[in-house]
Amino acid sequence: MRAILSVQQLSLSMGGKSLCDALDWALRPAEVWGVLGLNGVGKSTLLHSLCGLHPPDSGQISLATEPLQQMSRRAIARKVGLLFQHQDDIFPVTVLEQVMMGRHPHISMLGGEQPADLEIVERVIEKMALSGLESRLVDTLSGGERRRVAVATILAQQPQLYLLDEPEAHLDPRHQKAALAAVVADALQREGGVVMALHDINLAIRHCTHLLLLYGGGEVEQGALSEMVTLERVERLYETGMRRIEEGGQIAYLVR
Amino acid sequence: MSDEMPVTMSRSLPLLLPLLLLLFLLLTVLLALKLGSSHLEWVTLWQILLGEEQGVRATVVLELRLPRIVAAFVVGGLLALAGLLMQVLLRNPLADPYVLGVSGGAAVAALLILLLGASSVWMAPAAFVGALLSMLLVFGLARLRGSWEPMRLLLTGVVVAAGWGSIITFLLAVSPDQTLRSMVFWLMGDLGQPTLPLWELLLLLLGSVLAYLMAREINVLARGGEQAAAFGVSVERLRLVLFLLASLLTATAVTLAGSVGFIGLVVPHMIRLMGGGDHRLLVPASVLLGGGLLILSDTLARTLLAPQQLPVGVVTAMLGVPLFLYLLQRSGR
Repeated sequence: MRAILSVQQLSLSMGGKSLCDALDWALRPAEVWGVLGLNGVGKSTLLHSLCGLHPPDSGQISLATEPLQQMSRRAIARKVGLLFQHQDDIFPVTVLEQVMMGRHPHISMLGGEQPADLEIVERVIEKMALSGLESRLVDTLSGGERRRVAVATILAQQPQLYLLDEPEAHLDPRHQKAALAAVVADALQREGGVVMALHDINLAIRHCTHLLLLYGGGEVEQGALSEMVTLERVERLYETGMRRIEEGGQIAYLVR
Repeated sequence: MSDEMPVTMSRSLPLLLPLLLLLFLLLTVLLALKLGSSHLEWVTLWQILLGEEQGVRATVVLELRLPRIVAAFVVGGLLALAGLLMQVLLRNPLADPYVLGVSGGAAVAALLILLLGASSVWMAPAAFVGALLSMLLVFGLARLRGSWEPMRLLLTGVVVAAGWGSIITFLLAVSPDQTLRSMVFWLMGDLGQPTLPLWELLLLLLGSVLAYLMAREINVLARGGEQAAAFGVSVERLRLVLFLLASLLTATAVTLAGSVGFIGLVVPHMIRLMGGGDHRLLVPASVLLGGGLLILSDTLARTLLAPQQLPVGVVTAMLGVPLFLYLLQRSGR
């Protein structure tokens, strides 16, 4: 199957520190990749570079067959959506206004929002259990509600490739599961894919099909979930002792 | 919520606010035409406006008060729009049109003309050139290392503005007493000039239309540069256009009336408190409110202590501070 995203000989660095070195990697339709690693290992920078927000030192990133550098911001935004780790609210907007921003790359400058855009926005607001909060200012919401607004916004964007930076942050277990399931389901329906940077290996086990492990210093391992999730790898990745529990067909890792 | 309304404009009543502001503007224009040293009845004013009454009183209204009203509207509108754009560009609610030093450059040039005793017809062109030079200086310094990042731009502008400020103080200190008074008036903002500012009005209209056309992108940019880029906005290009447009609007306002304070900082926030954060509403509403407020302020400035005229900048603050505090209290969450 043709790759949605392909990365050739990609080298990234941040503040003089190498994050990955000559990485070759491809994401095919219906794949859900988890990016795992310690704090500061370069998960966010990698996600940013995949939608053109962080220039690579060398190498090439392509969407389908088109190199990212040759695409306009608007063309990229129609295909790739990035859920940021953090959103500040210097000039607060309402929930409805924020979610409608996700439609921005699809809306022509003179045409304005169409009823179809509003339909999409209302649907994702309902999906993220935000109904009734449409006219609330986002800075009056709780952290978890704001996170769901951010997920609703990226769902409204309807990208083929979802990039999620710590999507689980601020969410309780029920909403973590619901938000990630909604994004994955939408990606599958669109024959797209997901890349998520996570801190919780157990969430990765639950939602991902593949893993990209960043060990730091540019060392990277990649592969199918079952192949990547071993006690030895997980302990090496997090530089701490872990315990593997298997019960009822579910695997979980605990810090020892 | 009705489905037919423009959906993101619906924080409160989306059409009511511009209508109310238009009404407010009309009221300030009528008041400004009527009030002044030569007393007018409403009937007389009406007859003058219909062309039924000629003579001295008609001349006063049509040739002295009307151009001044237009000038006040233009300056108020320019400053409010420039302030709105500056706040988004710098991602700082405390930004005003003068924060990047545009007015400082203009002031230094204008004061030099006064100090050198050159003809006052040179003041406006000098102020405009000073404003443009300051704009280019900040632009060049902020772009020097290739980045176009709000905090860097803000710091560069603030420091350049502080530099102009010290030169202004120096010029005031070495000026003879008789020029000092006109210098202080210029610095506080003054609308005494009686010509009809037609091309400035045109610039305000063009600037408003351009800003309105970009309003969707501005909405997205207000959420942050990286966020906007991720939603498909060409952030660098948009920031450049905002910088040039806001600076040009400010330079024009300063050239017309000196540094009238407060309007550019507070009017956008007043609209945010009354109506919301959508720039398709904020752009036209800020222009209307800024223009109306400055007409009202100027009318008070020339009538409160008549025959003495106050600098209009004093009155904008006297009106604006309580009005803004009231809105802030009312919206307290």
